[in-house]
Amino acid sequence: MPHLEPWQNFSCLGALRPGVPNPGLRDPHPVLSLSWSELSFCLRSQVVLKIIKHYQEEGQGSEVVQGVLLGLVVDDRLEITNCFPFPQHTEDDADFDEVQYQMEMMRSLRHVNIDHLHVGWYQSTYYGSFVSRALLDSQFSYQHAIEESVVLIYDPIKTAQGSLSLKAYRLTPKLMEICKEKDFTPEGLKKASIGFENMFEEVPIVIKNSHLISVLMWELEDKSTAADKHELLNLSSSNHLEKSLQLLMDRVDDLNQEIVKYNTYSRNLSKQQQQKHQYIQRRQQENAQRQSRGEPPLPEEDITKLFKPPQAPPRMDSLLIAGQINNYCQNVKEFTSQNLGKLFMAEALQGHN
Amino acid sequence: MSVFGPVVKIHPVVLASISDSYERRNEGASRVIGTLLGTIDKHSIEVTNCFSVPHNESEDEVAVDMEFAKNMYELHKRVSPTEVIIGWYATGFDITEHSVLIHEYYSREATNPIHLTVDTALQSGKMNIRAYVSAQMGVPGKTVGVMFTPLTVKYIHYDTERIGMDLLQRTRLATTRTKGLTSDLSQVGGAAARIQDMLTTVLAYIEDVLSGKVTADNSVGRFLMDLVNKVPTISAEDFENMLNSNINDLLMVTYLSNLTQAQIALNEKLVLEIKMLPVIYLFSLALP
Repeated sequence: MPHLEPWQNFSCLGALRPGVPNPGLRDPHPVLSLSWSELSFCLRSQVVLKIIKHYQEEGQGSEVVQGVLLGLVVDDRLEITNCFPFPQHTEDDADFDEVQYQMEMMRSLRHVNIDHLHVGWYQSTYYGSFVSRALLDSQFSYQHAIEESVVLIYDPIKTAQGSLSLKAYRLTPKLMEICKEKDFTPEGLKKASIGFENMFEEVPIVIKNSHLISVLMWELEDKSTAADKHELLNLSSSNHLEKSLQLLMDRVDDLNQEIVKYNTYSRNLSKQQQQKHQYIQRRQQENAQRQSRGEPPLPEEDITKLFKPPQAPPRMDSLLIAGQINNYCQNVKEFTSQNLGKLFMAEALQGHN
Repeated sequence: MSVFGPVVKIHPVVLASISDSYERRNEGASRVIGTLLGTIDKHSIEVTNCFSVPHNESEDEVAVDMEFAKNMYELHKRVSPTEVIIGWYATGFDITEHSVLIHEYYSREATNPIHLTVDTALQSGKMNIRAYVSAQMGVPGKTVGVMFTPLTVKYIHYDTERIGMDLLQRTRLATTRTKGLTSDLSQVGGAAARIQDMLTTVLAYIEDVLSGKVTADNSVGRFLMDLVNKVPTISAEDFENMLNSNINDLLMVTYLSNLTQAQIALNEKLVLEIKMLPVIYLFSLALP
């Protein structure tokens, strides 16, 4: 199934003819060059609710659901005030429709005074597996166009277990550099000294509400009759753990393959080095012999043409996989620490009996 | 024409959107209107989405941008094809004559639309949320009018929505109306604290009953019996075994994930720092 690329749509918008008024698109705002640590980030409740609802309705099954985040940059804060979902990619010719859809949506939202500034995008994830090439590409294009954009990752399965799992990520400036130059060889990465920990940085999320929404919250609390559910304190968790470990094992296998590839490459390279040395030595010996016999030496041939160095395998994939493994491990650790707490509580409860 | 059973179920996302569009209304507009989307069941109507529609209202006339409404509906339909127009909403306390006109228009879009009013101006000190459906009234054949009959409003949530709402509810207690997302053990701690609060309330009630201050209620007593019986009676040894094996599992998994992280970090270092390529390093990680 073709994967939806939101960045493609966005770059298409730039191809519109200049001089034609585009009422629905983002106004050029002065690019704020802020350091990464200064920019804090807040979110309106309705964005959270909309994302949850979108996944709930359209995302059953392991298809990811995606959408666009709208908001504005105020002082040193990035505020996300609204969002709208993308339809699922069903037909192949829906590509152009996506651009249309986005433009229409933003134009319409502008009419009702909703901030139409494109500040990022959101995606749902399956057990935390979102570190992929597609995500990297999309986020890079977004960040290239808008400096402050973020990608919100919503984990519905973790949320269903009791705690809202919404994380915001951005690419580090180092990674942006590398993506710009498209230099994924080992040397390139070494230069920038990127490890899998420096790829994405997490931005802490703060939920902010206006007074009116607070009033609404009080009302709903009053009227709401749904019983309090305490899934968070649920002890039966082995299913989730099993799944996570399964995915972790798959990724480790992938990483293993990448490593094997890299090893064969380095072995080939070293073999080639040896061959080069041998060749040069033989050449010199022959030249010495010929000189002693008084014959003209053999012409120096271009060694590099004889021994073409093997292609260095791109390191990006293994970096991504390492990042993904790291993510899985973090999730698993968080999960186990919560479960240990719950088990000790259960013990205390039993002890009283 | 069929009259729906009087239950309208609203999702919180709809109300949040309505409040938000009210806050963003144009200068001079006293209220905001918009379309409600959702699904219709035999006995209930579920409102799951909404969008606001620009409109102009003055003393004697009202103009609603219907093109816009149609466009937006088409766009929304692309994302969720199961949602249909089921009515419209307006902020404000009363139903005016203009509402009748607008309602008439919406009856052309949907069969028997519902009208939702949300009192964002908080006229009665509360945000009244009401739903109405129109019914014909008057003398048949002569003057016919329209009457709005109220319907019962209920709030429903998906499970995940409920959890999201829990977090959002906590923002209303903070003075700056903000809240960060916590993670890890502190969440379990928070949930445990809430249960503890509930237990203290229950205990206080029991104390009162025992000391005779409050008359005992049998149904509450039955619930309490259920509660106490929920803690399973297992022999201490069995429980120890179960607990230990669970703890062992979790510790093993933690150890493994730490190990994995250490190994990929090591791998990273080796790849990045390698200067002499002839060094061949092969490492394999085998998980059980």
